[in-house]
Amino acid sequence: MAVVHQYKNNGYNIVLDVNSGAVHVVDDVIYEIIPLFEKSTKEEIIEQLKETYSEKEIAESYQEIQELAANGELFTEDEYQGYIEEFETRPTVVKALCLHIAHDCNLACQYCFAEEGEYHGRRALMSFEVGKAALDFLIANSGNRRNLEVDFFGGEPLMNFEVVKQLVAYGREQEELHNKRFRFTLTTNGVLLNDEVMEFANQEMANVVLSIDGREEVNDRMRPFRGGAGSYRLIVPKFQKLADSRNQERYYVRGTFTRHNLDFSQDVLHLADLGFKQISVEPVVAQPEDEYALREEDLPRLFEEYDRLALELLRRHKEGKDFNFFHFMIDLEGGPCVAKRLSGCGSGTEYLAVTPWGDFYPCHQFVGNEAFLMGNVKDGIQNAKLQNEFKSCNVYAKEKCRECFARFYCSGGCAANSYNFHGSITDAYDIGCQLQKKRIECAIMIQAALAEEC
Amino acid sequence: MKHVKTLNTKKLQNTVKKGGCGECQTSCVGNQSCENK
Repeated sequence: MAVVHQYKNNGYNIVLDVNSGAVHVVDDVIYEIIPLFEKSTKEEIIEQLKETYSEKEIAESYQEIQELAANGELFTEDEYQGYIEEFETRPTVVKALCLHIAHDCNLACQYCFAEEGEYHGRRALMSFEVGKAALDFLIANSGNRRNLEVDFFGGEPLMNFEVVKQLVAYGREQEELHNKRFRFTLTTNGVLLNDEVMEFANQEMANVVLSIDGREEVNDRMRPFRGGAGSYRLIVPKFQKLADSRNQERYYVRGTFTRHNLDFSQDVLHLADLGFKQISVEPVVAQPEDEYALREEDLPRLFEEYDRLALELLRRHKEGKDFNFFHFMIDLEGGPCVAKRLSGCGSGTEYLAVTPWGDFYPCHQFVGNEAFLMGNVKDGIQNAKLQNEFKSCNVYAKEKCRECFARFYCSGGCAANSYNFHGSITDAYDIGCQLQKKRIECAIMIQAALAEEC
Repeated sequence: MKHVKTLNTKKLQNTVKKGGCGECQTSCVGNQSCENK
């Protein structure tokens, strides 16, 4: 079981104590002693390192390592497995729904898993009645959870904006009646964004996700209209206006990078140069036969890009030109509890996707795959066996994750990606894992650099 | 400590007893915060 992860980045020697979450920046002598500490005596370590460091230095460092271990900040054992297994015998409650308010789209993005918004099926818009039944189901099945989440998703949700407004109004009416609090979010490609939508979003949406891939040529290659024209010039001014109207908070511009733009850090910086402060540009997940799919051989290049981006983020920070990059944001001090970290995203249990006609799937990425149909808004969950499979899909159920240093930051990865690449929800998508681990290393390095300012 | 700078004080093992309230946002976990501290 990996209990310590050590790496060097940007001149920092970083030691992550995996099971306590403690992060240490150490000097060279400590960095070299740690791998020897558990399998050698102090005398053996002195003998081994005496050509490089003085005996006093080694003895002093050895003592500091002992103190960290005694304090539960180094070589901490993983004693959580029994706890998580017990935790998951608790009754299932639902706390979040992804409403597929529109299975239709006005763009034809090449990499879209929803296939022009239709999800391998037919074009359809969700009616208010289906949406209302979904919210009623959520309230009735949320137990004593107070914070509930509803994502308006598609397709393109703004193709059904009237129903979005009606459902938000209905949700707000229910809050006081049931002592619940709704957190609504909206994901849009921006084509139909106008002043009315912006005003509504600023009043009601806790988060807005604005889809754009970066530089004009990159965006327009992958995100054209159905007739082939690019979308960049139409959406950028609208996104800038919305981001400013939200004080550059509670939104993300969110892009996808593919094999066509392995230099994706340039797209992130382009979005930052356009004035956006909350940015996510993420690797495409595509089948190997897709020409834009990322390949194993691309990984070294992508690692370099993440390193380059981390350094540029720090450089801009010093100049007062900060921006947030979603995958480099990490909360070392106030992050969630062990139960949350090891249970995963909650898909198929506390989080469900709802189709326009009211069917439940574990999450938006499973929609359209009939093997994952879980029930519907009228009859509730009908496939308890499938729900239990997702419920037990924690980090310890996944051989690749059980011993991974990143398990408390990644929670075992995406069940849909695992299924799409390996036919099982308890495996892991390997390229995604490699990239995730690199991002965590960069994120911690950034925290180390920022800590130097204190 | 002379050779070590520790960046955080929170220890995951201390979240076992009080954790699991489920009021935090759904994630799609490394960068979120506990909403029930």
